[in-house]
Amino acid sequence: MSGMWRVADVVGVHEETTTARTIRLRLPEPVRFLAGQHVDVRLTAPDGYQAVRSYSVAGATPPDSLEITVDELPDGEVSPYLVRDLAVGDQLEVRGPVGGWFVWRPEETSPVQLVGGGSGVVPLMAMVRAHAMAGHPAPFRLLYSVRAPESVFFRSELETLARDDTFDVTYVYTRRAPDGEPVGRLDAATLAANVLNSGSDPAVYVCGATGFVEAVSGWLVELGHSPDRIKTERYGGVGGAS
Amino acid sequence: MGIVSSGFMGRRKREVPGLPPGQYVTEGFPVLSAGPTPKIDRDEWVFTFTSDNGNSRHWNWNGFMSLPQEDIDVDLHCVTSWSKLGTHWRGVPVDALFTHVETDAQFALFHCYGGYTTNLPLRDVLGGKAWIAHQFDGEDLEPEHGGPARLLVPHLYLWKSAKWVQGLELIPEDRPGFWESRGYHLHGDPWREERYG
Repeated sequence: MSGMWRVADVVGVHEETTTARTIRLRLPEPVRFLAGQHVDVRLTAPDGYQAVRSYSVAGATPPDSLEITVDELPDGEVSPYLVRDLAVGDQLEVRGPVGGWFVWRPEETSPVQLVGGGSGVVPLMAMVRAHAMAGHPAPFRLLYSVRAPESVFFRSELETLARDDTFDVTYVYTRRAPDGEPVGRLDAATLAANVLNSGSDPAVYVCGATGFVEAVSGWLVELGHSPDRIKTERYGGVGGAS
Repeated sequence: MGIVSSGFMGRRKREVPGLPPGQYVTEGFPVLSAGPTPKIDRDEWVFTFTSDNGNSRHWNWNGFMSLPQEDIDVDLHCVTSWSKLGTHWRGVPVDALFTHVETDAQFALFHCYGGYTTNLPLRDVLGGKAWIAHQFDGEDLEPEHGGPARLLVPHLYLWKSAKWVQGLELIPEDRPGFWESRGYHLHGDPWREERYG
């Protein structure tokens, strides 16, 4: 079933930042979704030309709605259309959700450490939402590396969710921070100070640009996390999601 | 033809020779992998060939480098829709691992450092169709792209070109590898868009 293209209605759009927006899609039939999965989106130009891109799903509302959050890449072909031009009432073709590896299932009982860089937070947000929706007792931690305060996706929802004892979010600002908070790229020491200890054997999910994921997953292994407990998803610069 | 988006023009070339359906061309070299990049020294690298009768053969790095080497110019097609055209590799043809091997097996399961596996019919890896590659663009293959050595099966989607490859196991019946048991197609021909299973 995941291989079929289906026509989805755009039923809502929400600007996350000046360059990113969340698009709510309603599918023609109920959707089975695991937190962390992606969908393929196909656009057709008036001359018949088609372009396909994969986007992580930020969350699902049963039975038939999904949200994707798309960051505009300046030289992108598809993302500028989705972020700037697409409107409620338009339709898109969608395949999926797909993916059975970089996913979190509520049946899992381990503590979970999420590490996201930039728009890499999107599939992690789906996990945070699924965890909250399930009232799941396992500790969830999100370490979110982001350029500046105004670049944060889902901020008010994250702050609300963080009032719950089982969820915490820590921001690392790489270019500009709110007053009184440090600025700088995530490094091994900051990572070590802000992730669940390897002793609790957490399931770890890392998503972001290739360099970010390479560095973070390497440091996690050095900190004693077992490689087979670390799942990664990478946005490879020009390749991943233009 | 699908649902037309009147405001969407698309900026890429319409007709690119050698581009399978649903793919677009990238100039970069995106990285996709499931977990941390294994760091393997060539000194400790070993490639194991396990036959369906249980016999196995091993090559260390020096032994592997003494096998026939070929230069390979091919296009790459990733299931996530990007294609990278005209890439240059150097490696050992999989055919060279089969010298003096007699088997009735028709399938192979490739094993990798880190636990990844991928399944392939032998008809897709023999006859000059696949290599164990250790150089990209004249340089030693970077760990994030699969170094010291990766499988290269350019006529199938790139997840079949398993990174950090360390073994070939002949199997009597096809069985799914890592991605193939997680929703991806058992075969993965980009020209037939065999993306999802």
